[in-house]
Amino acid sequence: MDLVQRWSPTMLRVARMYVPSQAVAEDVVQETWLGVLNGLDRFEERSSLRTWVFSILVNRARTRGQRESRTVPFAALGREEVDGEFAAVEPERFVREGDAVGDWAAPPVRWWEEPERALDSAEAVRRIESEIERLPETQRAVITMRDVLGMSSEEVRSALDLSETNQRVLLHRARSKVRKALEDYYTDE
Amino acid sequence: MSELDDISCRELVELVSDYFEGALTASDRARLESHVARCANCAAYVRQMRETITLMGRLPTQTLSVETEAQLRVAFREWKARG
Repeated sequence: MDLVQRWSPTMLRVARMYVPSQAVAEDVVQETWLGVLNGLDRFEERSSLRTWVFSILVNRARTRGQRESRTVPFAALGREEVDGEFAAVEPERFVREGDAVGDWAAPPVRWWEEPERALDSAEAVRRIESEIERLPETQRAVITMRDVLGMSSEEVRSALDLSETNQRVLLHRARSKVRKALEDYYTDE
Repeated sequence: MSELDDISCRELVELVSDYFEGALTASDRARLESHVARCANCAAYVRQMRETITLMGRLPTQTLSVETEAQLRVAFREWKARG
């Protein structure tokens, strides 16, 4: 039961990415634990127990999410989240031509130098949460597991069945968008 | 410009995640670090990214409801009893 208490908060957040409500997420976590108990004798120690539990969780949450139509089938996604043009920072913020091409034209905001904004980290955290909510499914899953929950890159790769490179690309895209949302928050009036 | 410094600010912002992940080659890493050491704007960008990651770690966590936890407790006990 120790593990249930230790891992369930993380599991709830992961499940919540795929399903429409907290109540359903809770259901998925419960089903996962029961599935783990029933299948424990099938657990082969090729991966860590935690990795195995999270793979089960993600599969169940994804299936449940499809049924509740929050997510589209996984195979249809993912590719476009990795392929395609992407710029971490809008191209117009860099010098486009001349000697200084590629230098910052509109440099990053040093929000930590604005005391009254920097203090309001509760609001900043809310902005981050709503930006993560808007990310495409796999980017949302990767950034939540890595940065919000502090899971290792290897755990995330096995739970989501991603290659090392794809995991890094998804993380890069997701982090860049969240950074931008935060910068917008600190510069918007 | 030093000889090492052949990445632009615009290129650097696409390398920051790989840098944090330890996924850059030694020479790309040296290029990035030497650029950041001399470019206050890119240093600010790297700090923005670090602060973003730190703040993400502060998102609130949820816990299971008392009822669900109680049900699981029973399930675990039965499982143990089954041996």
